[in-house]
Amino acid sequence: MRKIRVAAVAAGAALLLTACAPAAPGGGMAGELTVYAAASLGPAFEDLAAQFEADNPGIDVRPLVLDGSQVLATQIAEGAPADVFASADEQTMDRVTDLVHAPAVFATNTLAIAVPPGNPAGIEGLADLAGADVTVVLCAAEVPCGAASRALLDRAGIAFDPASEEQNVGAVLAKIDAAEADAGLVYRTDILRGDVDEVAAEGSDEVVNRYPIAALRDARNPDAADAFVALVRGETGQRILAEHGFGAP
Amino acid sequence: MTARREERDASAGNLPRILALPAVLALALLVVPLAGLIARADWPSLWTDVTSRESLDALGLSLVTGLIATAVCLVLGLPLAILIARARPGIAAVLRVLVTVPLVLPPMVGGVALLYLFGRSAPAGAWLAGWGLGLPFTTAAVVVAQVFVALPFLVLAVEGAVRAVGVEYERTAASLGAGRWATLWRITLPLAAPGLVAGLVLCFARAIGEFGATALFAGNNPGVTQTMPLAIYTAFNGSGVGEGPAVALSLLLLVTAIAVLLLVRAWRPGSVR
Repeated sequence: MRKIRVAAVAAGAALLLTACAPAAPGGGMAGELTVYAAASLGPAFEDLAAQFEADNPGIDVRPLVLDGSQVLATQIAEGAPADVFASADEQTMDRVTDLVHAPAVFATNTLAIAVPPGNPAGIEGLADLAGADVTVVLCAAEVPCGAASRALLDRAGIAFDPASEEQNVGAVLAKIDAAEADAGLVYRTDILRGDVDEVAAEGSDEVVNRYPIAALRDARNPDAADAFVALVRGETGQRILAEHGFGAP
Repeated sequence: MTARREERDASAGNLPRILALPAVLALALLVVPLAGLIARADWPSLWTDVTSRESLDALGLSLVTGLIATAVCLVLGLPLAILIARARPGIAAVLRVLVTVPLVLPPMVGGVALLYLFGRSAPAGAWLAGWGLGLPFTTAAVVVAQVFVALPFLVLAVEGAVRAVGVEYERTAASLGAGRWATLWRITLPLAAPGLVAGLVLCFARAIGEFGATALFAGNNPGVTQTMPLAIYTAFNGSGVGEGPAVALSLLLLVTAIAVLLLVRAWRPGSVR
């Protein structure tokens, strides 16, 4: 319903813009911007989108499409209408390398153990995750947070079967948030946004996730896409990302 | 009336009473989890949750796409159902199997199949995308996914009704000089109307409940392809609408489903028990 209204408004706006194109002040951008972002970027990108709309009154940033990077990459490869894609790791961005302009790393993140408030299962480190009566959820190995989790556990020489493998880090966090699981590996930035406690994962400094961002080659709104990427990589963007716990590239 | 009374007496019949035990357990298994949903609802904020912008977007999208899908199912499914009902037994059996396959497949398989047909990496999809008619990840894709899973419900319901009506009245009408269209509009369809209404209602209920095919073929884009089931899924993944709205939307889907089924019951007195 709303979409139809938005389409009508957009069509009207487009007509107006065409009618007075030469008079458009300062070449300000207009139209919609669609951002596909890794689930772990959610809260930071909500702030970045709000900042971008404030800087560019003519732009309407569509509600963010947030999911596991792998899911988003598949959707983009099959023609999903994204203008900007921010992935949680470079391997996933590589999957759509033919469809994007020059991806650049804009943030880093490391893993930590998330436990329900008060740490009821008494988790003290990675080794405790392998305990027989501990319910642990991880990201599936196919998504970046899962790949990083496996790398971290392999380095520590710890092997166990998780109770569930989730498609994105938000789903892991939700399970721990609801105290349905005793522990899980999530990004440190996720711990800031959930009602969960953090237990340090030894060796996590050695497994760093690097987040690339890129505008899509066939973005519907290429100017806005480039400008959004510039915002994220620029000073303001880096400040907002740091506020959400992300490391510098 | 008498016949029905006798039937009812017979149905109370002479069976081992112990059957009641597993029967009650089975019923509990189906109903109690839904009670859990009701128990978790945050009643004071329910109205605000359902009327939040994200919820209304998902709700509106579900209703609009569900109605369009149901209309498409009517236009395409009704002729198919009539043809199956009047086909020779062998052909009808084959057609019925083809129609039933999507019904028993996991809807996600349907989503993958649709994506492999219309996705940009598929020849048909690439050709359409070249004309600017790319289907995946659009609102239209939601409708296609819903039609794929809901169409069998309409076809099977209508086919059963049309076949049950038989051809006697049609032959009589023809012998009295009625043309084929007149026979269809004035004899066949009115007689099969209860089945058609039941089929349409089931079709709509299935369409607004669709998740798997939509998730894969249409994606999860708020306001564009994020229907109620996807909004609920996203909420429990820790983003999008909060848990409160997710429970509220789940309840809304539950109430809709019950209302829809009661409607079927009301339209087919005696035939759905």
